[in-house]
Amino acid sequence: MNPITLYHSILGKKIIMAVTGSFMLLFLLLHVGGNLKVFLPDPQPGMADINVYARFLRTMGEPLLPYGFALWGVRIILIVSVLLHITCAIQLAHRNARARPVKYKHAAYRETSYPARWMLISGLLMLCYIILHLAQFTFGWINPAAFNTPDVFGDLSRAFHRPFYIVIYLGAMGLLGLHLFHGAWSLFQTLGLDNPDRNRGLRLLAMVISIGLPATFALVPLSFAVGALGPAIPEATSAAMTGGN
Amino acid sequence: MKFTLEIWRQDGPGHIGDFAHYEIADVSPDMSFLEMMDVLNEQISEADQVPVAFDSDCREGICGMCSMVINGSPHGPIPGTTTCQLYMRHFSDGETITIEPWRSAAFPVLKDLIVDRSAFDRVLQAGGYVTVHSGPKPDPNSVPIDPHVSEEALDAASCIGCGACVAACPNGAAMLYTAAKVSHLSLMPQGQPERESRVLNMVHQMEAEDFGACGNHAECQAHCPKGISINFIGMMNREYRRALSAPKDRRGHMDSQ
Amino acid sequence: MKLDAQIPAGDVAGAWARHKEHMRLVGPTNRHHYRVIVVGTGLAGASAASSMAAMGYKVDCFCFQDSPRRAHSIAAQGGINAAKNYRNDGDSVYRLFYDTQKGGDYRSREANVWRLAELSAGIIDQAVAQGVPFAREYGGMLANRSFGGVLVERTFYCRGETGQQLLLGANSALARQIHDGHVTMHTRCEMEDIVTVDGRTHGIVVRNLVTGEISSYAADAVVLATGGYGNVFNLSTNARGSNVSATWRAHKRGAGFANPSYVQIHPTCIPASGDHQSKLTLMSESLRNDGRIWVPKKAGDDRKPSDIPEEDRFYYLEDRYPRFGNLVPRDVASRNAKEVCDEGLGVGPGGRGVYLDLRDAIKEQGHDAIRDKYLNLFEMYERITGESPWEQPMRIYPAVHYAMGGLWVDYNLMTTKPGLFAIGESNFSDHGANRLGASSMMQCLADGYFVIPLTIGDYLSRHPYGDVTTDHPAFAEAEQEARDRIEGFFAIGGNTTALTIHRELGKIMWNHCGIARNEAGLKEGLKLIPELRDRFWSDLRLEGTSKGINQSLEHAGRLADFLELGELMCRDALERDESCGCHFREEHQTEDGEALRNDSEFAHVSVWEHMGKGNPEVMHKEALEFEALPLAQRNYKT
Repeated sequence: MNPITLYHSILGKKIIMAVTGSFMLLFLLLHVGGNLKVFLPDPQPGMADINVYARFLRTMGEPLLPYGFALWGVRIILIVSVLLHITCAIQLAHRNARARPVKYKHAAYRETSYPARWMLISGLLMLCYIILHLAQFTFGWINPAAFNTPDVFGDLSRAFHRPFYIVIYLGAMGLLGLHLFHGAWSLFQTLGLDNPDRNRGLRLLAMVISIGLPATFALVPLSFAVGALGPAIPEATSAAMTGGN
Repeated sequence: MKFTLEIWRQDGPGHIGDFAHYEIADVSPDMSFLEMMDVLNEQISEADQVPVAFDSDCREGICGMCSMVINGSPHGPIPGTTTCQLYMRHFSDGETITIEPWRSAAFPVLKDLIVDRSAFDRVLQAGGYVTVHSGPKPDPNSVPIDPHVSEEALDAASCIGCGACVAACPNGAAMLYTAAKVSHLSLMPQGQPERESRVLNMVHQMEAEDFGACGNHAECQAHCPKGISINFIGMMNREYRRALSAPKDRRGHMDSQ
Repeated sequence: MKLDAQIPAGDVAGAWARHKEHMRLVGPTNRHHYRVIVVGTGLAGASAASSMAAMGYKVDCFCFQDSPRRAHSIAAQGGINAAKNYRNDGDSVYRLFYDTQKGGDYRSREANVWRLAELSAGIIDQAVAQGVPFAREYGGMLANRSFGGVLVERTFYCRGETGQQLLLGANSALARQIHDGHVTMHTRCEMEDIVTVDGRTHGIVVRNLVTGEISSYAADAVVLATGGYGNVFNLSTNARGSNVSATWRAHKRGAGFANPSYVQIHPTCIPASGDHQSKLTLMSESLRNDGRIWVPKKAGDDRKPSDIPEEDRFYYLEDRYPRFGNLVPRDVASRNAKEVCDEGLGVGPGGRGVYLDLRDAIKEQGHDAIRDKYLNLFEMYERITGESPWEQPMRIYPAVHYAMGGLWVDYNLMTTKPGLFAIGESNFSDHGANRLGASSMMQCLADGYFVIPLTIGDYLSRHPYGDVTTDHPAFAEAEQEARDRIEGFFAIGGNTTALTIHRELGKIMWNHCGIARNEAGLKEGLKLIPELRDRFWSDLRLEGTSKGINQSLEHAGRLADFLELGELMCRDALERDESCGCHFREEHQTEDGEALRNDSEFAHVSVWEHMGKGNPEVMHKEALEFEALPLAQRNYKT
């Protein structure tokens, strides 16, 4: 399959979007699996399970692979996916806008949904959210002084005791749900993996993913917010716990 | 019954169009929508004005010529029907009815409600055929075809080429039309030899026209007068993927070295 | 006018093979020098254009619709006959020939009908090779059904849309030739005239319906595939745009018009609901297999049909024709429906309808069985009338369906004008006085795929190619005449719209030249039509201009021709002082009310020659000979 042909064709761009979308979806499924580790008891006192997991992500493949290699591999795939997904989406949206220069007075839609028609909006908002999310928990740009990579639990705890972030994250999960509601079903259709016998199942799967995945993600900020995971951990504790590096 | 009609009037391609208002009374509920338009045109004509131009031919729902967007729906509010098979009893007395042409960059308005759908023909010409000459052919029963396959192909082949799918699509895509044509022949045994080149050529021609891209909204299916399913779009996507990954021409390269 | 039918000598069986063997050919390297014009893209036009282009001829193809796929062949529902004998029920070329001849009431040319029957099997092979998804049985073999009251199952079908599938097949072949540049397709173009140079037809004048521009195209031969003229009745099962203009203008330029009065009336259509009606919708005749046709015994019985008890119902077909009952041939069913309505027993708006009742079939076979067979038809009926056939019997009434008459052609399908060919419904050749069900598509495709590609070569090979271009003054002259005619419509400046006049013409034709005709009625028609025509030419209201799209102008142009054709139809019907097939002269019937032919005086084709404006047309006769199948009186009673 020639990637250039693929990129230059509308159907090809749709295929690219479906494939990159499914990479991102796959990543989210792994991500949410990791997140749930906040609910596990500490394997040793003063060491949150999620922090162990966070360290594993970096040391994965050692000594065969250098430190952080696998993580960066995944990150590169994701970055390329996001870029391709967005580029194609914008190009297609541009083409779609040109395809109907004069609009209907009131288009009477029968089958499409708001999530489907607002994919571009929900997608772009998601992009803003991802930047915020990375800035906050990956790069620590939001509050560099308090940011502590090894103590993921501490970072989460401090963030999700602040109503501002709780609202942002819950809102973002709502958007993610809307985007997935159409996107997850769409990828099967675009890749031609649908067929009449399994379409009902695929629709159901998309529905389950679009509700289940954001809901599971939302569990983390919600649990911190209601205090189920203890009070906010002060920065000093975090620093002490991990030896300050 | 009586109605207020807001009808799109436009002199020609590139002209600025606008809605004109008409009142029509004494409409029988048994009139078809196009018969109501005939009566309206008589009325307009008798007032020394130029009647509304609109396409129609067979008036029995098969030629695919009629093409009106009525109250925002291609072919009007009743699913599974063409404009010509829509009846005034489907509307309520005193209602205001908005009538617009198919709106698509690929279907430029020629006049009022008439659009140019030759883009569809060009998509078909790009590959929607089996290459055969006229003349003696093998007996059809020499190639048995599972009736289910044949019926499925017929489901796709029932497309009347009206363009409602494009008109209904929020993106103005022509996927359902192209998919119906592609699927029909890729299901039939006779269509196999040209299966890959057909889908590639037809899809690329579709893309060369001013159609939008599929957003999987399924509006096409919901407005298709023949109820053609978006499963055929899935099928075309599959065919396209398959064709792209099909082996290149290996003639003259069949060595093992 | 010389009528030489060019029928090969000898036995009709094998005549086509012998004819082909002695035909002149154009060599493959020379074909691209020859240019052929095909007007119309229905089954006949699309198959002819694609077949000739595939052979190598350069083809210009024209249609008035926006796409070649929309020609009215698309609407044919039932099926297509082919003498394949797949059912092992004794079918053969001879039997299809026999049924067609008998169905046409012995008013067609034997050699043509035989050829049609011979070619029928190849049409199915051709269509299947194009990917047409015919109905199949569980084993994967082609399915058949019986159709139109014949005794074998030889009809091939694709649900209720056989016409659409066959046309899409022909149209796909055409699409390929357009793509490869062998056919130049001109959509939204209406033929205005043919152009003759030195006695040969050398091109046409067309009006581009989008720009309004008049232009000419030159060619070495012209093929008309422009369909039938049922719309002379205003209401018919034809498409709104179907018209006689192409054939009529060819006729006015000297092509003989044969049997104009032969028009088939279809018995099972949905009745008109009022004056606004723009067309009549056919419902498959298959309903008559299970439905019982009746009217109330008492005139003016306004009870709901389901409340009318058995003893007050008049099952007139079962009563009058005990053996065939509701399955009598189309013309008999139509005539009887008109008779009972004329007696005041009709139902529905204007008393123009009879009941087609499936109540008993539903009771006997069950709701599901009927649903499986007729669901589409029931839905269609309900959509159009707003009445549910499950609760009330359907109302049906006959409607004009098919024109057997058309341009006279010889065995090579060439009209009386050299270089002008006519195929499909636009010629007169194969259906005699009545067409057998499921035979129209067969004829169109036989003509287009198999006959014209050969016979046109025979004609072309006798002439040099490209010897006339549109620079010839004859083209400019014809173009000017077309422009003058069009401007003439605008010059009238009257008060009556074309639609109003068309409705009146339709009424005159239906009342005086319809299901049943008589001398007095036809004479009355011959008086009324010229009056109406005068009114058209003095009081036509036409808005807009000749530039750009003007549908009222298109209608006016077509109506002008219908107004002339209508008169000729009445004259033809009057001259044919016998009953045959669909042409039922009330003066000539058997004791049982059957059509009574007069073979000694009327076993001929009536071919009309136009003698110029204001002069009466002159009739010529082509005598019909019956060697393969001796004449016999039709009898559906016993």
